[in-house]
Amino acid sequence: MRQVQTPSKLEKLLAAGHLAVTSECGPPRGSDGEVITKKAEMIKDHVDAINITDNQTSVTRLCSLASCIHLKLMGLEPILQMVTRDRNRIALQSDILGAASFDIHNILCLSGDHQQFGDNPQGQNVFDLDSMQLIQTVRHMRDEGKFLGGDEIGQPPKIFVGAAANPFADPFEIRVRRLAKKIAAGVEFIQTQCIYNLEKFELWMKQARDQGLHEKVYILAGVTPFKSAGMAKYMKNRVPGMDVPDEVVERMSGVPKEKQSEEGINICVETIQRLKEVEGVRGFHIMAIEWEEKVPEIVERSGLHPRPKVE
Amino acid sequence: MRLPYPDTIRIIRLPCTGKVDAVHIMEAFEKGADGVYVAGCLEGECHFIRGNLRAKSRVEYVKKLLDEIGVGGERLEMYNIAASDGPRFAEVAREMHEKIKALGPSPIREAIRNKKAA
Amino acid sequence: MIVAERKPMDEIIGFIAGCKKILLAGCNECVTVCYAGGRKEVEILASALKMAFMKEGKELEIDQVTLERQCDQEYLEEIRSTIDQYDAVISLACGVGVQFMAEKYLNIPVYPGLNTLFMGVTEERGVWAERCQGCGQCILGQTAGICPISRCAKRLLNGPCGGSSNGKCEINKELDCAWQLIIDRLKELGRLDDYDSLIPIKDWSSERAGGPRKVIREDLK
Repeated sequence: MRQVQTPSKLEKLLAAGHLAVTSECGPPRGSDGEVITKKAEMIKDHVDAINITDNQTSVTRLCSLASCIHLKLMGLEPILQMVTRDRNRIALQSDILGAASFDIHNILCLSGDHQQFGDNPQGQNVFDLDSMQLIQTVRHMRDEGKFLGGDEIGQPPKIFVGAAANPFADPFEIRVRRLAKKIAAGVEFIQTQCIYNLEKFELWMKQARDQGLHEKVYILAGVTPFKSAGMAKYMKNRVPGMDVPDEVVERMSGVPKEKQSEEGINICVETIQRLKEVEGVRGFHIMAIEWEEKVPEIVERSGLHPRPKVE
Repeated sequence: MRLPYPDTIRIIRLPCTGKVDAVHIMEAFEKGADGVYVAGCLEGECHFIRGNLRAKSRVEYVKKLLDEIGVGGERLEMYNIAASDGPRFAEVAREMHEKIKALGPSPIREAIRNKKAA
Repeated sequence: MIVAERKPMDEIIGFIAGCKKILLAGCNECVTVCYAGGRKEVEILASALKMAFMKEGKELEIDQVTLERQCDQEYLEEIRSTIDQYDAVISLACGVGVQFMAEKYLNIPVYPGLNTLFMGVTEERGVWAERCQGCGQCILGQTAGICPISRCAKRLLNGPCGGSSNGKCEINKELDCAWQLIIDRLKELGRLDDYDSLIPIKDWSSERAGGPRKVIREDLK
């Protein structure tokens, strides 16, 4: 597809034509780095790279950068999630350099959930930049070797730039335009919101392919296994930008309680199998929040194990 | 109709309850009224179209303010009575009288009394 | 206009607890329009404060004045001859007026009777909503007349975010998603392709971040 621009293992795998597998770990609400390392141990042989969330839902946690460093010290490949809610352009550029100094080569650029949802609704927010402008910034630092202010960067960061996409958020009609906009801003890989409505996702992919976008960016399809019917209903009704069709909820509810988590994994594996057939899907992003121990099973049953090796 | 109603009620006549401003109600309490009620036409039958609706929102506003300063919003009420409905008029007067009697004198009336005594 | 609302009574009472004679100063402009600090509101507040004091067995003498504006010197000067008799002034102007009053009358404590909120419009009687944050570099020409800085909770310049749901913002179902509004308007104007252009990183130095601002017109000085 494209020339490899960075030392990122994720980029190399994708450029070589493999289906990539990524997953995520949420840092603890405390200073114990071992929480991260233990989660990473569970999944490290089944994924190519691991996302670390950045104070997700505006709940204060151990920072993403430090958590990524913990992963790096284990010899693993982190993806630094960075929101623009909490840091101005000085701090963002500074943290990007910090990441690069530890050979962290992947970043996911996000705006971030509003602080109202978290533990500090009275706090300020920053939003000096939005997610698209952050994408532009990382590319600028990498490719021009300059800070936003214009000065040269001594040893520019070599970072593979990603962003999120949500085919299920409103308004649907501009979701592909938004993808195109992020590509214009310089994004190189995308992780989507978790997929349950396959028709809608396939429609979004078709529209993306019609514009040739699938060849300009690596799209990783997001999946999340349901632990229970209750979780399915919660995600359907209470999480904005989430599309869970009734049939999926019914399928979860139709199974006795003790079998529901198993069914959730089944649905997840079937989703991955179906998504493998969709042209333009270049990998999977498995978000098993606080259920990391299931990731190996999902990866194996989806026929994605063992993970390929690259130089 | 010459129906009896309590002599504790002082009536102030207006062409329409829409003429009642929040400050008029406040001043009544300031001067020591233990209770105030605003009696307008039935909703939808205001002779001046919406005057009684204006009165209603002003009464709601002043009730909250009276609570905020500790005088008590329950001392103020809005009623809707048809102009010809003498029995209802007397009934409301009695109702308000009983209610305010149960609440006792307003703290402002008490203050005025104490000041005079001093 | 500037939209404000009255502070809670106990806070206002707290400011003047030790006073015997105060001036209550309203403003005839923005705060009149949003029913927070005009002549009528001054009257009502005066009565409420008197009663609050009476309840405690205290007396409070209150004079009332409603100035045309409190952000222009000429109108504030109108009270110069009488202001020394007061223990304090409660200004029911917006924060701008309260400060200007305090600047003009250094010897009298000036207290705010209102919480000043935003620059906005009257959507309907009783409903005021924010429209402008005074960023100093207006981009309304690019966003079909709808401001993402004041109306998007994350002030995204290339929105909407993934939390936009049914045209509403993720933080409040009553709040319109600014970017949905912008997209709808661009469509109506036949200019949806404008959406594809990236709005560049903003220069925030003309906004609050750059420090307190001033406009000077030499030709008018």
